[in-house]
Formats: sequence, structure tokens, C-alpha cells
Amino acid sequence: MRLVPALSMALAALMLASLTVGAANVDLRGIFRDPQAMLVLLESRLPRTLAVTLTGAALSVAGVLIQVLVRNRFVGPDTSGTAEGAALGLLAITILAPTSALWLRMGAAALGAMATTALFVTVIRRLPPREVMLVPIAGLVLSGVLGAVVTFIGWQTDLMQYVGAWLYSGEFSGVIAGRYELLWIAGLAAGLAWLAADRFVILALGQQVATGLGLSTAAVMRLGLLVVSVVTAMVVTTVGMIPFVGLVVPNLVSRIMGDNLRASLPVVALAGALLVLACDLIGRLAIHPYELPAGLILGVLGAGLFLWLLHKRPSHG
Amino acid sequence: MIQIEGVSHHIGTAQILRDISTSLPEGRLTALIGPNGAGKSTLLRLIGRLEPLQAGRITVDEHDVARCPTGCLARVMAILGQQTAIASRLRLSELVGFGRWPHHQGRPSADDHARVAEALDAFALTPLAGRFLDEVSGGQAQRAHIAMAFAQDTPWLLLDEPLNNLDMSHARALMVRLRGLVADGGRSVAMVVHEINYAAAWADHVVAMKDGRIFATGAPAEVLTEEVLSALYDASIRVGQHHGRPLVLHHA
Repeated sequence: MRLVPALSMALAALMLASLTVGAANVDLRGIFRDPQAMLVLLESRLPRTLAVTLTGAALSVAGVLIQVLVRNRFVGPDTSGTAEGAALGLLAITILAPTSALWLRMGAAALGAMATTALFVTVIRRLPPREVMLVPIAGLVLSGVLGAVVTFIGWQTDLMQYVGAWLYSGEFSGVIAGRYELLWIAGLAAGLAWLAADRFVILALGQQVATGLGLSTAAVMRLGLLVVSVVTAMVVTTVGMIPFVGLVVPNLVSRIMGDNLRASLPVVALAGALLVLACDLIGRLAIHPYELPAGLILGVLGAGLFLWLLHKRPSHG
Repeated sequence: MIQIEGVSHHIGTAQILRDISTSLPEGRLTALIGPNGAGKSTLLRLIGRLEPLQAGRITVDEHDVARCPTGCLARVMAILGQQTAIASRLRLSELVGFGRWPHHQGRPSADDHARVAEALDAFALTPLAGRFLDEVSGGQAQRAHIAMAFAQDTPWLLLDEPLNNLDMSHARALMVRLRGLVADGGRSVAMVVHEINYAAAWADHVVAMKDGRIFATGAPAEVLTEEVLSALYDASIRVGQHHGRPLVLHHA
């Protein structure tokens, strides 16, 4: 597939650009003679570039998986209660053990995300299968309700600032070395999904076909839930939820190359990284030397892309 | 051989199957016939472990379907259910390719590829192999699903109304292909069929069901008679003869 090299090259170019764009001047050609520039590069630019790339790639893969789990294209990790679940977990650990270690916070976020995503999948299974649009609506309602719970608790406990950073900002300006590494776990989880790509394709074909082919679906469902939850929880914990990537990118890639995930997941990951990085760059350049959050740019761009998708292909569930 | 012993099934309060015991012979093409709601599809789905068994016991070539691991059963029997729409955008070649999954679990060999090509060819899908499922007609998609079960290459092939959406020529081609599998390949086929004449023309063994019970079993010449069919369908049905096989007439 020629898409992979083309996207890889584009991503490499944007990553290079990302290393040089920002409030401080970093000239890559003279980097070894300029300790100040080297410091900015290693402590801020490189971590930020990696964080954006990992986030975009992992969230897009998580989007594919949640769409497989509920067998519906119009959901993403941001509209299935997953991010709110992670925030709930984080709130709980912040209130119960304010000084807890990072790995504990991470675990709490992942557990919260897993619980609410499992709730979403359970709710979906009780819906009549022909009502395609009920699935995204149920997801939005669940996200809304859980979001309200998070806000209420945050408000009562004076933690609204945290809640805002987890759920509503989605930006990378705070990323420095030592504060983004959790995202590698998200990247690893997404890689794990690729190893089971065939199983997810069979799962998407439905219970009947999966059983006929001798796949035990429960284990695959659990793996999918795990990956979606871990990816989302890591993103929420480190940079805050980024909207739309997990919804739009899987749909775009599916339109072009179909749903054979073994071939398409790498493209999904690359395209997601590319999209989020482009949005982050636009955010950094639009009002230079100040910044707009990448999540904001993505919201605008993603909504446009999604409307275009709906218009191009109206009725295929 | 498929052994069915004392199988009952209910959905909610509705009794679908009532204490069914029969066997489907090995190396034969068996047709399940009967009026709507007789329980044919349910029985086939129970054999294919698409539904959990509520009462009784079913074995396929000595494998107990309630006990055997599902991955092991997938190498003993392939089942094609009545298709509900598949939302995945897969190319026909990819869909048929998944028929080999029980054998290779994600690492297809040259032999697997050859069998997929053979299955595509057998159902005249080679020219469509690169098309997506949502870009072909209902009949073409149906053939792709049958080809997928065919590629699974199991001793038993269970098909629930495989003739749905197929035109006359493709329906006949499918029956010829199934006949060949049984006669030359030593495989066994069980299929639910609504158009009785396909059973009359091609089956070796007929299982007639009514109201969740076995109504009659035997060779087509024994079961597809005016007397049995009229009682089975509660309608006066005439049966003629064509090339030594029963021919059920629609205009009585």
C-alpha cells in the first residue's frame, strides 16, 4: 500500500516543522552550538512533538476499536463515556489520596474509563440493532450524564480546574520532558490492538460469523475495552481529551481502504498523528507567539470533516 | 454423522423445538424442509452452536457441540446463517479469506491463499474479488458468504437458506457445487431450503419439520410425496416425476 510511505513522509515533515515552531527560536542547523536551543529542543519541542504524534495515533486506533465493539461508525472515545470515566477515576483518586503516585492515578483513570466504556457497550447491546442512530445518541447521552456527574463532583470539591484540563481543553502547551511519557503506554496499547487486528475484523462481522469461525468473542471484546480505556485514560491524564480524532480518522480511512484492520490500522495511526500534529501546528502559528489549543482547531476541522463524511455517505451503518 | 438427542428449545414462552431426536447421515446432502416457524433454522443454529443448547445433546462427528472449544468446532463444521447486513467494508477476497482463519489464526500460508482463490473462482467471484461488500448486489454478497464457508473447508457444511437472493443459474450452480462436494469430496452438507424442488432434485436425505417436531425423514422419494407434503404444509400439494425424481407442482 502506497499510503503508508506517503503518510510517513508527510508526518516526518510535520514533526520536523513542529520541532522548530514555537515562541523560542530553535534553528536545527546550529543546534549543537547553541545549548539554549538544545535545551528547548530536548525538554520541550521533542516531548511535545512526540506527545502530539502518540496522542493522535493512539486515539484514532482507539476510535476504530470502539466502533468495532459497538458495531457502529458514528462513535469515538470522546462520545462513549470513556473520557468521562477516566476523569471520574482521576477525581476519585485525587479526593481519596491527593498525594498518590502517578501510576496509581493512571490506574484509577484506566479503571474508570473501563467501567464506563463497559457500561456503554452493555447499554448498546440492549438497543434494537437496526436503529443505527440510537448508538451514537446513547453515547452522547451517557457522556453528557457522566460529564455532569464529573462537573458536579469537581464543583463540590473545588477541583473544577482539573476537570477542565482533563475533559475540555485538549492542548499540548504544557508538555515538557517528564510529563508526557504515559502516552507511550497509549501508543503501546494501540500497537497491541494491531497484533489482534484479524480478531477485531471478525468481531465486527457479528456474533454469528465470529462463532462460525471459532473466535471466542468475549476475550476479544475485553481486549478492545482494555485498549480503548487505557489509551483514553493516558490521554486524559496527560494532555486532556482531544475531540473528533477518534471519530473522523477511522471513517476517512475506512472510506478509502476498507476495514481490513491488519492493513488499515497503521494508516489510521499515521493519519491520526498527522491530523492532530497539523492542528497543533496551526494552533501554534495562528496567533504566534501565543497559542490556541489543538483541541479547539480539531473541533472546528473535525466537525467540518465529519459533516463532509455524512454528506458523502449517508446511510451505511 | 450428526446426532441430535432429545433437543428442546424455547425463546421466552414460545416452544420452538420439542424433544427432537434424529441423525443427519455422513457423506450425504441433507435438506431440512417445513413450513415457516417449524424450527428448521433454530435446529441448524443449535447444531452450529450459534445458539446455546438448552436441553438435549448434539454431536457432530463425535464432537459434543456444548463441550468442544469453539475453535475446534470451526474446523469440523462451517455454518452460514441467514445473513444480517454486515457493516464492515471488506473486499470480497478479504471476506472469503477469513474463512481460512480457523486454520491459520492470522498467518495465512500459500495453501490458504490457494484455497481462497479456489473458493472465489468456484462461486464466479474472481472478477469481483477487489470490490467492497457494499458495492456488490445482494446475490453477489450472498455468494461471497457461501464462498467463505466453502473456503473454511470443513467435513460438515451447514447452510441456512443459502439460495436466498440467488438467481436460477447461480442457485443451480451452488447445488451442483454442493453435490460435487458430497459425491467427490466426501463431505457432508445440511441445508435449510424453502423451495422444495431443490431438495427434490439434489438432496439424498430429507428432514421434514413441523411445529418444532420431526414430521418425516428419509430419502426424497419417501418424504416428498403428495400425502406427506400435503399434511406437512396443510395444503393440497401435487407431486409429479421428472427424470426419476419427485417434482413438486405449484399449480395444483
